[in-house]
Amino acid sequence: MLVLGQDEKAKYPFLADAGEYLKDKGFSLVQFGSDPVLKLSVEKALHRIKVAAAGEVYKSDLIDGQASKDYVLEREVFSFLLAIVLIKLTGMSTLIKRFALAEARRAENYLEKDLGNASNKSKIDLATRIIYDLFNIEIIKENDFFVIPVSDYLKHSVTFHEREWKLINRHVENGKVFLTPDKTVRLIRKELGNYISSKIINAPKPSMIPGLENIVDELILISKKLTPTYTIITGEYPPCIKHAIDVLEKGENLPHSGRFMLATFLLSRGQTVQQIAPLFKNAPDYNPRVTFYQLNHLAGTSGSATKYTCPSCEKLKTQDLCFITKECDNIINPLQFGKKRKQ
Amino acid sequence: MNETDIKFLEDSFKKYYFNHFDLISSPQRTPEREFGYQKFNSGMFRHISLKDDKELHLLFMQNIPSDVYCSNAYYSFPNSPMSEKDWKEADLIFDIDAKDLDLSCRKNHTISICNECNEVSKDVNQCEKCNSTKLEKKSLPCKNCIDASKIEVNKLSNVLIDDLGIDKENIYVYFSGNEGFHVYVFNSQFQKIGSKERSELVDYIMFRGVIPETFGMKKFKPNRSLFPDFNQKGWNGRFSKQVFGSKSKRSKIISELLDNGYSSFQKLLDNVSENIGVKIDPNVTMDIHRIFRLPGSINSKSGLTKILCTDLTKFDPYTDACFLNDDSVEVLANCPIEFKLKNKKFGPYINEKISLPTYAAVYLICKKLAIIA
Repeated sequence: MLVLGQDEKAKYPFLADAGEYLKDKGFSLVQFGSDPVLKLSVEKALHRIKVAAAGEVYKSDLIDGQASKDYVLEREVFSFLLAIVLIKLTGMSTLIKRFALAEARRAENYLEKDLGNASNKSKIDLATRIIYDLFNIEIIKENDFFVIPVSDYLKHSVTFHEREWKLINRHVENGKVFLTPDKTVRLIRKELGNYISSKIINAPKPSMIPGLENIVDELILISKKLTPTYTIITGEYPPCIKHAIDVLEKGENLPHSGRFMLATFLLSRGQTVQQIAPLFKNAPDYNPRVTFYQLNHLAGTSGSATKYTCPSCEKLKTQDLCFITKECDNIINPLQFGKKRKQ
Repeated sequence: MNETDIKFLEDSFKKYYFNHFDLISSPQRTPEREFGYQKFNSGMFRHISLKDDKELHLLFMQNIPSDVYCSNAYYSFPNSPMSEKDWKEADLIFDIDAKDLDLSCRKNHTISICNECNEVSKDVNQCEKCNSTKLEKKSLPCKNCIDASKIEVNKLSNVLIDDLGIDKENIYVYFSGNEGFHVYVFNSQFQKIGSKERSELVDYIMFRGVIPETFGMKKFKPNRSLFPDFNQKGWNGRFSKQVFGSKSKRSKIISELLDNGYSSFQKLLDNVSENIGVKIDPNVTMDIHRIFRLPGSINSKSGLTKILCTDLTKFDPYTDACFLNDDSVEVLANCPIEFKLKNKKFGPYINEKISLPTYAAVYLICKKLAIIA
């Protein structure tokens, strides 16, 4: 178990045991609704959530990662814990997501600083310990870089869409990936976010604290405005799918990966196996039995019952199946083509 | 395939299996593997679990399969349906196939068999007799195909050892029994990674998805000091060798690259990928539930054995993987090109009745280029 110093608790408040912290300090939640001094912490908590909801990262009162005075530190931790209480009271999952992400990015800044702090070995040790304890990734410092096993790198980087995160765009040697402090920390952002959001989700829902009703209502309103709705504005197929259909119609060979893309795309758009199968009729190696077997497999109606989804644009690019046009509009999966985000 | 041919192939395969159990290596942790097999003219039987060598040999003798497969994955319950098997881990396997190498020799030894009228002709896109486009392609790979595949195997081994830190002792190269090689990696840090991660590993090995920044080229204010050099490990070193050629040319070529700009550098990378990327079949490596031909078993596409290559440089599949007997048998052969097995030349045969040693007869029948007379 990690033993945290005062400053670390302020920097990484999600590592502190919330209930215990309050008890140690001799407070109960109810006091935060009425006590005018403690209300400052509530306001700070509200601010913290609002900043997160806006997609920003909350700037704390810490100076160079140090709490100047004890009460500053206390307010840092309180505001985090109270923010969780407030979010629990709203019951809005959008707020949990945004808050967890923003807090993860805030912690990321500190972790990055601690890792990059070449003069202070204990800070580096603590940061690597946190990463090991929370995410089971062993990071070793080698000169100016942090090295992690390729397999660990892959487990975390596969969810990233930016090309620079592909393994081929990293320095790889002897089974290890070499990363700068900022990339090391960026690698675990999502897990850090998941860790914080699971802490929020698993925290017990408190009953309403008298005096905080208005704040909770205000947050619910903010959250509702945030929830995006996707509306389909066109039924058109993206260029990759059009190309695949063209190839098949001409009776030319579409590679397995292209067939996989086409089938999973159409299945996700709600077409049935019976509707899709005839598309493959012109393929040079067409065999209806095999086609139906494979389509049913992809649809999850036979075999493992796993429904396969359409590969990402990034994947399709590496398979030479991407024929990007302006209309693609920065989508990351062909399924998003023609959908407009309505805020 | 007709009954007589099947009977002949089954008899030949059975004799081989009976005499060569020593070649059929039961994989490590046999009880955790999924096995499968096919019989001639029939579908696949899979989700089979076996305890040990004895049970494996029994499977061969009882079923006389045309092909036998074994999973690279380890499961808690290998004989349950896929969703209930409880996947634990999987060996890392790469497939290098001559047909994926775009070799110029291919057209010389590819045969088209018409699905409609069975006409056999040298590589065409349309049947010369009935104009049908439904053609089955059969290739009799040549020495060039095998040599080119070996080069890819060596390229792969270098990346595996230098970049991915795999011990040489844990890399096993098998001739696939037809047109290429299967490279197995055991006990690596990659045993437990899933399909998506393996797909990333594939892109790394194939040199796909590279951005210019990785090799020192920036969109704005590019800086020549960031370009790779010969002594660097991994792709940096390989890139230098391929693009700069020699140390004396490096500086001049970097100046040219800077002049040509970012997007032309991206094009260069795509071209370089063709040369230095390893040509593996991506779908094979990323599939963590696949069953692979069992080492020591016969490949029914050729009658040759999938076998471990202890010395890849010297390995010649047409002698070292050809284990069937020499008993002669009469066949009606229609094979418009020449081939070599056990250092003996055969063909071409144009619809003729000839007497061939069993191993050559099996080879042609497996390729659908002969029938028992």
